[in-house]
Order: sequence, then structure tokens, then C-alpha cells
Amino acid sequence: MTAGKGRLAMEGVSDAKEFPRRGLIYGALLLVLLIFPFKAGPYWTDVATFFGIYVLLGLSLNIIVGEVGLFNMGHAAFYALGAYTTAILNTVCGIPTIWLLPVSGIVAGGFGYILTRPIIHLRGDYLLIVTIGLNEILRITLINDPWGLTGGPNGVLGIKRMRLGSLVISRPIHFYFFVLIISILAIFVLLRLQRSRIGRAWNYIREDEVAAEAMGIDVRSMKLLAFVLGAGLAGIAGSIYATKMMIISPESFTFWESVVLFTIVILGGMGSIPGVIVGSAVMMILPELLRNFMQYRMLFFGAAMVVMMVFRPQGLWPSKRWQLEMGRETEE
Amino acid sequence: MELFLEQLVNGLTVGSVYSLVALGYTMVYGVMRLINFAHGELFMLGSYFGFTLLVSTNIGALGAGWGLIVIVLMAAGAMALLGILVERVAYAPLRESGRLAPVVSALGVSIFLQNAAMLIWGSRYRAYPVWAALDRRWQVGGVHITLMQVIILGVSIVLMLLLYFIIQRTTLGAAIRATAIDQDTARLMGIDVNAIIRFIFIIGPALGAVAGVMVGLYYRQIHFTMGWTYSLKAFTAAIMGGIGNIPGAMVGGMLLGILEMLGAGYISAAWKDVFVFIILIALLILRPTGLLGERVAEKV
Repeated sequence: MTAGKGRLAMEGVSDAKEFPRRGLIYGALLLVLLIFPFKAGPYWTDVATFFGIYVLLGLSLNIIVGEVGLFNMGHAAFYALGAYTTAILNTVCGIPTIWLLPVSGIVAGGFGYILTRPIIHLRGDYLLIVTIGLNEILRITLINDPWGLTGGPNGVLGIKRMRLGSLVISRPIHFYFFVLIISILAIFVLLRLQRSRIGRAWNYIREDEVAAEAMGIDVRSMKLLAFVLGAGLAGIAGSIYATKMMIISPESFTFWESVVLFTIVILGGMGSIPGVIVGSAVMMILPELLRNFMQYRMLFFGAAMVVMMVFRPQGLWPSKRWQLEMGRETEE
Repeated sequence: MELFLEQLVNGLTVGSVYSLVALGYTMVYGVMRLINFAHGELFMLGSYFGFTLLVSTNIGALGAGWGLIVIVLMAAGAMALLGILVERVAYAPLRESGRLAPVVSALGVSIFLQNAAMLIWGSRYRAYPVWAALDRRWQVGGVHITLMQVIILGVSIVLMLLLYFIIQRTTLGAAIRATAIDQDTARLMGIDVNAIIRFIFIIGPALGAVAGVMVGLYYRQIHFTMGWTYSLKAFTAAIMGGIGNIPGAMVGGMLLGILEMLGAGYISAAWKDVFVFIILIALLILRPTGLLGERVAEKV
């Protein structure tokens, strides 16, 4: 226990020492991000925007899978809930989409609470299969369209763009900065959360649920909180996606979308925020690079997942806390 | 009443397919605690393999009986080989690395195999050729029964009884059961755990391939994504019966097939997959160890 404490304290010290160097790196990175859309042209700006949306989705799933270790393989359901909330409330009720951004987050988070409350006690693999089930139920419901709201297989079209004062967010560059700001905000909040009592409780549950419970952590509430926050952030990403595309259909929210998101988290390293960014980059850029080998893309992708698990299961950029824990385990 | 009986027959047919696929899931889970997502793809590939044999060779000329046996055996053999290969490449190196890594690896294999099938056989539906000798139907008390339905049910029951006998009555079966309860202790007792795992990866895919060929002959149409649909349902069936529990998977598959078809017949066919998942979720909330009880004791 004391050894662990010492390590965590050291982690803090090294942070303070590295701060100026790190600040420089982050500053340079931010500068690049700010200049990028002016140099890159609309196509790559759009690619970067979608990359940003995937970062948001990856971050949201990382709360659930990475921080708490709950296997959620149906995350596209919450993404869909956010997108459809925006789409339906905008096209049917005429509510401006900018107001629907938080509303979508709240609706998706609320559904996250309602849907996962009864199943939160399930163990790893069972939870995984149930979340797949929820994803499928939602997708089939969207296709069958029982209340005449979702437009069936064709989806909803004619979603209005967001309006901020006199600025309509419509051009690639607008979306780029919009997504950039929201991503930076999300990353900031999540980094703070990671270091808070809640973040530590989450990691404790991931490592040893029984011990966490014994130490007085309310495991159930903590897990639910992770699901609500993760679903909410995914809902916000869905809302942005809906206004960007202006048309959404159930096809965008299949099980494979959930698999991609899950892979982003695992590829980057569980519970690692930079890992999510690296993971999303790999998932976005790889297909772009393999454009000439379009047919073999998924083949390569599947093989890469296997190779990755065999040779680098901790992810491309594992979180520090995770590394320390793993290190301690092998020392014993 | 007629609708009920008709759907019951349909349900038993599709249910025995679920059972055969579910057995592969439940055995792997019982021994390795792994959801082998690639299993559904082996079922699908078995179906395609049978299709290729039927279309490009002259096996059909052997007559319905022998022809069917040869095709089923060849498909089963090929998938057993592929099963061992998958285990060797994707799971064996991950034996010691927790539970998450093998699941992701399994997903990777699943994506790989699915796209390989798409590249080999194309992304459109492929149709099994009509096999006149098998195209027979009877009417029993107002209910239509086809020869293929009888064959599927019969073959499934025979295979399941055989497997049950192997698991319960032979030394090999005892070794499998011991490995499922506790791998380390089994190893200390002189059981070659790796050999047991390889055996599981022969039997599971072989049964899946048999189911795949029969689905092709029954529904006539096969598609490279069908592995995933069937595998989700088969997995549901395995959980219904209590995962790791071999007779449970058999009963669970039949039950699921019947419930699905009754739901499709009486309520709505468009929602039949939703029934399956609602049943699954309700079951996991109300009785998480399955209907027959989970064989595997979970360590805390």
C-alpha cells in the first residue's frame, strides 16, 4: 500500500517537473490544430471533423470501458439516441439545433440511466452481450419505426444546421472549430475527473470490485454514473453528427459502429485519454491510407486487432496509472 | 392451432440450428471463459464451403443420402481445421493475458473471416442449388413438414446425443468437465489442458459447419453476414440454458427457436429479433444463471 502511495506521489512530482516542457508541447499542438484547417483544404478539414467526433465518442466510451472496466459493446445506441433526439425534435418540433445539443446529451444520459440500471450488476461478458442486445433492439426499432418518428430505414432528413448568434455552423471550417472546442472542453473535464475521487473510485472498481466495495465505494452508483456520463457525451457527439450530416439513418448506428468505438478504446489503451486520441487517429487515418486497397481494408483491420492483442495488449498509449498497476503486479 | 403447430415445427427446425451453434459457444466459454465471436463466422464459412462443394463438384450425383453425408463431413472437417488454426493464431498466445484481450482478438478474427468470405464469394446473396431429391414435403394434420426439416432435426438430435455421451460417459469427457471446473487443478491431475482446448475447437466449429450446410439447404440463401445474426442468437440460447452447460445449450436453442417463431407468427415478423433480445435481457435480470443453471462456478 505504501509503495503504491509513494508511486502515486512520484507521479505528481514528475508532472510538476515536466510541466514547462509539456506546456510547450501542448502549445505547439494547439497552434498546429488552429492553423490546420486554413492550410489543409475542405476535404481534410472534414476528415479532421469526423476524427474529432470519433474522439468524443471514444472519450465517452472510455469512461465506461476504460475507467470502470465495464464491457459496453453497444455504445452506438447512445450515439444514435443523441442523433435522433436532435433530428426528431428539430424536424418535428422546430426547436433550434443549438439548444438540442445539451438536450441530446441529457436524453442520451437519461436513457443510459434507465437502460443500464437493471443490468448494471451483470458480470463482464454478460454485460457485453446485453449491451449488444440493446444496440440491436434500438436499431431494429429505428428501422421498424413504430411511432412514425424515425423515418424507418431511410432515416430523418432535413435537419437544420446550428446557429450561434448570426453565425450558422455550416462550412467545414466552422464544424472543425466547433468540434475542436467541444473536444478540448471534454478532455479538460475528463482529465479533472480522472484525478478526482470519482476517477480513482472508478479505477479501483476496474481493478478489484470486491475490494472497492469493502473500502466503502458505492460500486453500483459509480458504475451508473459512468454509464450516464458516457451515454451523455455520446449523445452530444450524436447531435453534432446529425447537424453535420443533416440526414441520419439507422445504418450509421449498427453493431459494427460499436465495435469500432470499442476498438478505439482498447487500441489506445484502457483509461488513457491520449490513447483514445491515438486510437481514433489510427481508425480514421488507416482507412484513408488504405483507400486504394478498399476491399482489403476490413480484412487488414481484423488482422491488426489480433496482432495488437498478441503483441501489445496494453494499447498504443497506455495510461500511467494502469502502467504502474501492471508493473506492480509483475513485480510480485 | 394450425398456425401454432406450423410455427412449432419451424421453431424446432431453426432451434436445432441454434443449438448446434450454441454448443460451440458454450463449450469454449465453459473451458476458456471466452465469448468466441469468431464461432459464428465458422458457421457461415461452413455454409459457403458446402455451397462451393455442391456447385463445383459432382457430389450431388452420389444421391441425396450419401451426397449429404459427404458434404456435411467435408465442411465439418474443413471448419475443424480452421477452428484449430484460429485457436492457434488468435487465442493460444493470449492464454495468460486476462479476459479482455481474447475477446478483442476474437472480434478481430470475426471481422477478418467475414471480409475474407465477402472477398471470396462476393457481397451478394448466394443461392444453394435446388437438390430435387431433398425437395419433398408432407402434410400431417394440416401442417406442412419438409424433408429438410426432418433431416435438420434428426441430424441435430443425433449429434447432440453423441456429444452428450462423449462428455458424460468417456474419459475424454471427464477431462473436459474437469478443465471447465478448474484449469490449474486439471493440469495438476495430468490433463493436457491445451489438448482439451484444441479438441473443443475441433468439435465446436465442426458442429457449426454442419448447421451451416443445413441452413443453406433449408433457407437456400446464404450471405456473408449471416454468421453474426445466428451467432448472437446462438449465444442467447447458450445463456438461456446456462452458459457452460452443454445440455442447457441444446434445450436453450430449441426453446429460443420456438419462442422466436411463435413471436414471428403471432405478433410480427419484423420484430422477431427484438423478442430474442428482450428474452435474453429479461432472463439475465431475473435468472442470470440460465434456466438449467450455470455449470461454471465463477470465482470472485
